[in-house]
Amino acid sequence: MKMDRRSFLSFVIGGAAGTALSPLPWKLTDDLAIWSQNWPWTPVPERGEVSFVKTTCMLCPGGCGVTVRKVGDRAVKIEGTKGHPVNDGGICILGLSGLQLLYGPARVPSPLRRAGERGQNRWEKLSWDEALSLVAERLAGLREKKLPHTVACISGTDTGTVPRLMERFLAAYGSPNFIRTPSMRDSYEMTLHLMQGVQASAGFDVEHADFILSFGSGILEGWGSPVRMFRAHSKWKETGVKVVQIEPRLSNTAAKSDKWIPVNPGSEGILALGLARVIVEESLYRKAFIDTYTSGLEAWTREVLGRWTPENVEQATGVDKSTLVALARSFAGARRPLAICGRGRGDTPGSIGEFMAVHALNALVGNINRKGGVWAVPDPDYIQWPEVETDAVAAAGLQQGRIDGAGSKKYIHARHLLHRLPEIVDASDPSVVQALFVLEANPYYTLPDRDLLKKAWKKIPFIVSFSSFMDETARNADLILPNPMYLERYEDVPYARGFNKPLIGLAKPVTAPQFNTLPTGDVLIRLARALGDPVAGAFPWENYEQCLSETLQDMWEPLQETGYQVASDFEPGSGSGAFDTASGKFEFNPEKAREAAAHVSVQARGEAPGYPLILIPSDSMRRATGYIGDPPFVVKTVPETVLKGNDLLVEINPETAKALGLSEGKRAVLKTPKGQARVRVHLFHGVAPGVVAMPTGLGHQAYDAYLAGKGVNFNDLIAAVEDGASGLNAAWGIRAKLSRA
Amino acid sequence: MSTSDEKVKANGKTEKETPPEQEVREKGNGSGGPILFFFLVGFIASLLVGWIVFPRLLYSKKKQPIDFNHALHVETVEEGCASCHFFREDGSFSGVPKLAKCMECHEEAQGEDPEELKFVSEYVEKGREVPWLIYSRQPNCVFFSHAAHVRLAGMDCVTCHGPVGESTRTKPYEENRITGISRNIWGKSIAGIKRNPWDRMKMDDCAECHAKEAAKGAADLERPIDGFFNNIIRIAFPESLLGRKSSAQTRNEACFVCHK
Repeated sequence: MKMDRRSFLSFVIGGAAGTALSPLPWKLTDDLAIWSQNWPWTPVPERGEVSFVKTTCMLCPGGCGVTVRKVGDRAVKIEGTKGHPVNDGGICILGLSGLQLLYGPARVPSPLRRAGERGQNRWEKLSWDEALSLVAERLAGLREKKLPHTVACISGTDTGTVPRLMERFLAAYGSPNFIRTPSMRDSYEMTLHLMQGVQASAGFDVEHADFILSFGSGILEGWGSPVRMFRAHSKWKETGVKVVQIEPRLSNTAAKSDKWIPVNPGSEGILALGLARVIVEESLYRKAFIDTYTSGLEAWTREVLGRWTPENVEQATGVDKSTLVALARSFAGARRPLAICGRGRGDTPGSIGEFMAVHALNALVGNINRKGGVWAVPDPDYIQWPEVETDAVAAAGLQQGRIDGAGSKKYIHARHLLHRLPEIVDASDPSVVQALFVLEANPYYTLPDRDLLKKAWKKIPFIVSFSSFMDETARNADLILPNPMYLERYEDVPYARGFNKPLIGLAKPVTAPQFNTLPTGDVLIRLARALGDPVAGAFPWENYEQCLSETLQDMWEPLQETGYQVASDFEPGSGSGAFDTASGKFEFNPEKAREAAAHVSVQARGEAPGYPLILIPSDSMRRATGYIGDPPFVVKTVPETVLKGNDLLVEINPETAKALGLSEGKRAVLKTPKGQARVRVHLFHGVAPGVVAMPTGLGHQAYDAYLAGKGVNFNDLIAAVEDGASGLNAAWGIRAKLSRA
Repeated sequence: MSTSDEKVKANGKTEKETPPEQEVREKGNGSGGPILFFFLVGFIASLLVGWIVFPRLLYSKKKQPIDFNHALHVETVEEGCASCHFFREDGSFSGVPKLAKCMECHEEAQGEDPEELKFVSEYVEKGREVPWLIYSRQPNCVFFSHAAHVRLAGMDCVTCHGPVGESTRTKPYEENRITGISRNIWGKSIAGIKRNPWDRMKMDDCAECHAKEAAKGAADLERPIDGFFNNIIRIAFPESLLGRKSSAQTRNEACFVCHK
């Protein structure tokens, strides 16, 4: 029998009929429907037991308590810890994105040794033993040459056992060069040291203040501990606390304040002195406090406030006399007024004259160590390790003095002067830094003056990064010894920026380490052992966890439970002992006062004709500026008025735009004495004519594809300006030129 | 129009020299036999493919890592199924027990059974979780709360899972090659026919039971007065909570009760 066309058709029809009567089409349809809902790239929640781990966020110095929700072994959500004294259940945009850092592509997978040129991003994996012996050999070699003091470490913080172990390691090895990254913490510490004679951090009882006078502090931009400040801000709105924001740009804080007083950029300190003068002249200060607890007001009034008549202040700041006088009266008239400073997030120290002026305002209204005022929070003292025993080599190294000059005759009150390092390294030959360790910091991104930094960087022969992430510094290092990130390791966090009570947070492992990492504490202990005595002798612990638990003693167990310990009944008091100055009182006019006041407002770099405009930074909660770069989720929240594609937009007044022939979104070249960048312009009435405001936190070259190459790094365009009185970096901006591209 | 028809005819003529009568027969309505034959061939072949070949191709068979004896365990433990398949403190259901649970009894082998010895040496000693293949795992788009059904509604495990507790061996795990889901969800019968409530676990099966329960509530013979008033409310206020259809599937946003 042959199959002709008709037979074939009937075969097909028979087949179709049979198929329709079989389960095949119906079952396939159903299966395909399920298949299409289970594509492998569709995110699927983990299955397993839900658990919560209380730990501490380490993404900024805010010290928030966080609770991580886990399903099985997978961390799935970060929330604020309820009842935590700093953030009480709240969390910021960066904190809640921490899981993208944990599981994201920016992690360093194992110890890495540079395989190509620095910055080429070509790496060779090596074992921990190999990596540690590499470092140990290098360090042993330098010690043999009697050059231990040429080893330096840049660290994001100096409190807590890990930075202290690093400092101890350097001391036992023979180097005094443990350098903390700069921030307003430096200036506040120095202010408290000079005016109150104490070594302490500044805490602000913001919850109980009833009048906030902010000298450019970005209360809603990340100043202090961001979540705490947001909460306080909401509370102020509810209870009618007045907020006056003094700032050249209409920031979020300024926009939400009760009164925004735009000032000439950099002149905030002068305004503070002007206010102080009005308060003194009109006798608006708290007499009882001034008479009992302070000294030197008369001399200070004479020597410092003398020249800052309302007329002079008006000329320098652009704030008219009547506003000044009215502000002074309402500030002094409030029950618990609080003045704060540190521009934006407080990433740069600023001039000490400005900080002392603002602090003096608080003293005039008696709001030092009082409810609603500025509190001196003593540094925690739980780290009680035996003195380091040094040998002759180490002792000689320590005698050399610090490379950055901090503590030397010229910079007697400064503790860390990182901004000076690039210049000093660049000027030395051979480099005064032969080996550089970088711990929880990203100086290759955050230090100003790109060209100088690059030159200095080249001169340092050996750079080791301990970063968990492939940040700019790690990428430009010779060796990366990755620390587990904060959700994978134990570490004590005894500092919450701006918090007014002694607090210790504990970061602890939420998940097992995702990569071949080793806690830096363990690295140091093992390095010390490899170097032998006397360095090894200073590290008697088996491992870091033992060191931490022994150091915390009785606190170790409760910290595991709650994640934090707070001295909730802490009261600094104004009585004896609170002021450890020569007079035993608060000093309005300490030795540095006149000098500081003379430098209250530093000049921006650059000359007017070539650089007619003033460039200032603008911070935002949506752009991380410190050691951590924005995780992908946070990048997504940066609006188009800041970042369009990969282009950064700078803000200028429409008047400036008109004069330059620019309009909204147009491309332009921004040039400063330190560099230039292609940008676009965004017209904004919230900046004064002649001022350019540039968003910070962008222009990363490293991390991941979600962040790298987006925008321009503000730090590349500015330079440090040294405060003549303190040596700290007081730069608040730089002169600039904007032209059509 | 149809030239190919003519070609066939022409070819037939030249190649086989078919007699003209036959040609006439084929051209006319007398070709029913072979056509019907081919129809049947196609029909039967596709039925065979659809009913027998396709199910065999669709599912792969896998053995469980350990041949587990439920019956033996149920005899030994005190709280029945819940001894191992328990509710966690937060009310979520633990499902297949983790190694830690097994190790409460089996930190060391308790007998001579080769499967138990394998379990101890391969998993307990190495600290590895047993990669159990889960017969009743729904696709990821399904949300199912054991607490609602077992704790609130007081249902038995057997109602949905069958008499698993009586099994002495684990049956092969059949995985749908397209969806990666266990065959138990669709059911052993490719036609989707079930004899017992636990034979299938598709949405229709959920709905069947829910519809029954809903109907039961509406016509509760033990509380006729309630039913009477409820019906009046339903008719008078169709938009009220009672008035709306009580099936979970037709209520507003009801999809997201069970679908993620």
